[in-house]
Amino acid sequence: MLIDVAAEVIANTRLSSHYNVVALAAPEIAARTSPGQFVMVKPAHGFDPMLRRPFSVFEVLRDAGGRATGLSLLNKRVGVGTSLLYDIRSGDRVGCLGPLGRPFVPVDPPADAWMVAGGVGLAPFATLTDALVARRTPMTLFYGARSAADLYYADRFEGLGARVVLTTEDGTRGEPGRITAPLERALAAQPADRPVTVYACGPTPMMRGVAAMGRRFNRPVFVSLEPVMGCGMGGCYSCVVRVRRAEGSHFVRSCLDGPVFDASAIVWDALPDGH
Amino acid sequence: MDLSVHIGSLRLKNPFIAASGCFGYGLEYAGAVDLALLGGVAVKGLFLAEREGHAPPRIVETPAGMLNAIGLQGIGVHRFVNEKLPELQRLGATVIVNVCGSTIDEYCEVSRVLSDAGGVGAIELNISCPNIKEGGIQFGCSLTGTFDVVNAVRKVTRLPLIPKLTPNVTDVASFARASAEAGADAISLVNTFLAMAIDIETQRPKLSNVLGGLSGPAIRPIAVRMVYECRQAVSLPILGMGGIASAEDAIEFMLAGATAVQVGTANFADPFIWTSLISGLDTYLERHKIARVSDLVGLAHGPAKAHA
Repeated sequence: MLIDVAAEVIANTRLSSHYNVVALAAPEIAARTSPGQFVMVKPAHGFDPMLRRPFSVFEVLRDAGGRATGLSLLNKRVGVGTSLLYDIRSGDRVGCLGPLGRPFVPVDPPADAWMVAGGVGLAPFATLTDALVARRTPMTLFYGARSAADLYYADRFEGLGARVVLTTEDGTRGEPGRITAPLERALAAQPADRPVTVYACGPTPMMRGVAAMGRRFNRPVFVSLEPVMGCGMGGCYSCVVRVRRAEGSHFVRSCLDGPVFDASAIVWDALPDGH
Repeated sequence: MDLSVHIGSLRLKNPFIAASGCFGYGLEYAGAVDLALLGGVAVKGLFLAEREGHAPPRIVETPAGMLNAIGLQGIGVHRFVNEKLPELQRLGATVIVNVCGSTIDEYCEVSRVLSDAGGVGAIELNISCPNIKEGGIQFGCSLTGTFDVVNAVRKVTRLPLIPKLTPNVTDVASFARASAEAGADAISLVNTFLAMAIDIETQRPKLSNVLGGLSGPAIRPIAVRMVYECRQAVSLPILGMGGIASAEDAIEFMLAGATAVQVGTANFADPFIWTSLISGLDTYLERHKIARVSDLVGLAHGPAKAHA
């Protein structure tokens, strides 16, 4: 069921000069959200910006009794809409439409679940982690960013029982370099009889790399894409992604057929790096 | 208040139509909106065959508007008739099909298939898409082209025929006249304005197609002017559109001469917009003590003209 609410901002937590987490009082949406689903958010009234912005549901917020009270969004300030969301204040109202899209399917033990996050691509993995914890699936989070200051919530994932592997491009925390390096070593070291499912979200070059490793090491990879999206409902046909089918390949809408895709189905060379 | 309007032989229960290209095939929105509440649903443009459309990025947001260059991705008329139309009918939607073609023969063939299928309320002839090279706009930017394609399709269907006009011409009213002379039952306008946006960091166009069509509130005053001009040129019903985001915006188009209106871009931001459009229009009519919405049409031209 699709719900649209003018959700009150419960909290705006600034993580840095570019990242923040916005908590919204949208319990009806939160209660129905599956891991990796998204919401379409309108941070202000009026026509600038006019369109909503897609956001993965970062956390489903719950009260002491486990009842959903709201959801949070992990935001990176890049344009007009995300700047408004960065500056938003408690008590402001934000248009929130969802939950939308096909979710991640959490894998069951004895398989391992490996999550690979690049920067703000961490967003869909908090809800996936909750689902994996409930299944007692062993988890590893591979989490890379530019710098130590851009790595958030690693402790939160550790606290939920995930093994956390960190990298930074400038070497200020974790292993220096890209997150694909430790992932590749781990895939090479994983015994063939130990199943593992890989989930990835981040910049297109990172996801393209993870998809290639999945092919090479013969492990399933699921990616959450973040293309430009006009409506989130299948109406505008702007968020298309080229996927392979039995006969050739064609464009599908990532709002309806995604945002989670089997990485082996995607024609990666057709995906703009700006995704 | 009586919100019903007539487009040729087609009765709409209210004047609000979901604009083609902004509402998928309608069924995408059935979970959010009771399609039977809308005056009509104009589905995405259809050729005979399936079409891929352009590579992404396909949209760019601009001040109070957006550019799109989707490239008429679509499933083709046969799949539409088999896979979408029965469900649209079951849901009680009044279906207007936007018909595309690379040739006059293709416009005719698509229209014939739709006429034979039954359950289609009207045909909107897309002679105005700015984003594809073949077909569409090559007819819509030439008076003889417009006349020829409307005249040819007129001969193969009895369905209400509504050419959708482009604003990318010097004198849109002359295209309204050509449509009327060729046997159109109504006209719809405007399609999007040919436009462009450039990324100043990469120093490249933002759309893969380079050019795109501008829609949204930014174009509304120009669209209102064009509806006004067409109303003076022809007596056909006009389906007005261009940046409508509220009942007040729709009323402005009706006063300019539109019998019905289409809402596109605003639906992206608010898929639940339809109930507020309908109630807003109803409230306005009550406040102005106007019994029928059709009595609003063209009032901005002055009483003599409006009641002529």
